Amino acid sequence: MLEKSYNIFIKDLKSELRTRYAINSLVMFILVAISVILFSIGNEKIQPELTAGLYWVVIFFSAMSGLSRAFVSEEERGTTLTLHLIASPDTILSGKILFNLTLTFFINVIITFVYAAFFEGFVIKNFVLFLVTFIFGNIGLAVSSTIIASIIAKAGSKGTLYPVLSFPILLPLILSCVQLTIFCFDGTSIDTHFYELAIVVSYDVIMITVSYLLFDFIWKE
Amino acid sequence: MYWKILLFVLMVFVSIAGITFPIVDKPSAWYEFPFIPGLGENAKIIFFHVPTAWLTVIAFLMSCIYGFRYLRNKNLNDDVKAYVANQLGIVFCILATVTGAVWAKFAWGAFWSWDPRQTSIFALLLIYGAWFALRSSIESEEKRATLSSVYSIIAFVTVPFFIFIMPRIMTGLHPGSADDETSGPIVNFKMNENMLLIFFISLIAFTILYFWMWYIGYKSILLKEKLQKNY
Repeated sequence: MLEKSYNIFIKDLKSELRTRYAINSLVMFILVAISVILFSIGNEKIQPELTAGLYWVVIFFSAMSGLSRAFVSEEERGTTLTLHLIASPDTILSGKILFNLTLTFFINVIITFVYAAFFEGFVIKNFVLFLVTFIFGNIGLAVSSTIIASIIAKAGSKGTLYPVLSFPILLPLILSCVQLTIFCFDGTSIDTHFYELAIVVSYDVIMITVSYLLFDFIWKE
Repeated sequence: MYWKILLFVLMVFVSIAGITFPIVDKPSAWYEFPFIPGLGENAKIIFFHVPTAWLTVIAFLMSCIYGFRYLRNKNLNDDVKAYVANQLGIVFCILATVTGAVWAKFAWGAFWSWDPRQTSIFALLLIYGAWFALRSSIESEEKRATLSSVYSIIAFVTVPFFIFIMPRIMTGLHPGSADDETSGPIVNFKMNENMLLIFFISLIAFTILYFWMWYIGYKSILLKEKLQKNY
């Protein structure tokens, strides 16, 4: 199963690198979104709290514009039935989650670099906490986006519906991540903010479990 | 028939008791409520606001359970049951938001201040809205039932974060927040026995009302479908 899901991941990666559609459009999206934020800020100095919020806003919307392609492109190209034949639902979900994880990490590293370069408030005083938040936040983001993307693909790939369905599901994750990012900027230690971290980790575990339980029904619809 | 009379009596009792019973410093008679620091006379909304929020979660639970049952049996009646539960859920969710906002105006001085509780009830409204948006986007009945069942289960597993976890650990204004010192954590209400009794009677009455409404809604949709088949 692991080998097959790895093969699906490689297949997605190859077809992505052939056209570079998602990567190009996502990088452009990040540039556009961040330049709009920078224009509206002007010469103002913004607080670290606001910087943390804006950071996760850009992460959320870039995920919303890029991650639905994993399943929507299969429906568009009509390759869903072939996938049905060659692999079990669990395998396909693993492959897709792997691909979305790679894409999320790649995109969010770029976003972090751009924020570090252009925002004065973006000074990380507690690097370990930031790294942990970043990793677990991205895992949760990628997993929830993947399962919602599969629903969207079956519902006739409605583009506008994707953020509508994902936002309430992602809200606990994003709120906790914003809080944790603010703590990173403050430079407080991990022990004092154990609860927020526990929310993010348990959210990831719950979402992964629910995705594997329910994907069967979505995929066979 | 008897339970309808019982429900009527209970609702009338709760409405009258909840509004008119006096709040005193040291309650001695059975009809006197204790004074809770920081809440005072505002505390009486607990008899009407908390049941609506409670029913919002009950409706979520029911739509999750019926979604689960639909996925197992593929019986479209289960989907109708989940649909009616969600219809009532969104009504009670709006009621909880509005009564909460009105209370907040008197207790905190503003209708809306993004307290963790307000954020979570807003997120619940968004989930209900998204659920109905998803349903309206799909034509085929079976597909609609499956996808909305799956979505209501995914949404339900995030509900504990909103209702039970985040408002407890974050600092906020709502009674029961992490830094609340006047009225204490939610589990440890500073209510006396009379207040608790009326509060639980109110919860029971509202729950009976909910299930009655849900049953009527379910029957009416079945009848509508029957009529459409015949003509």
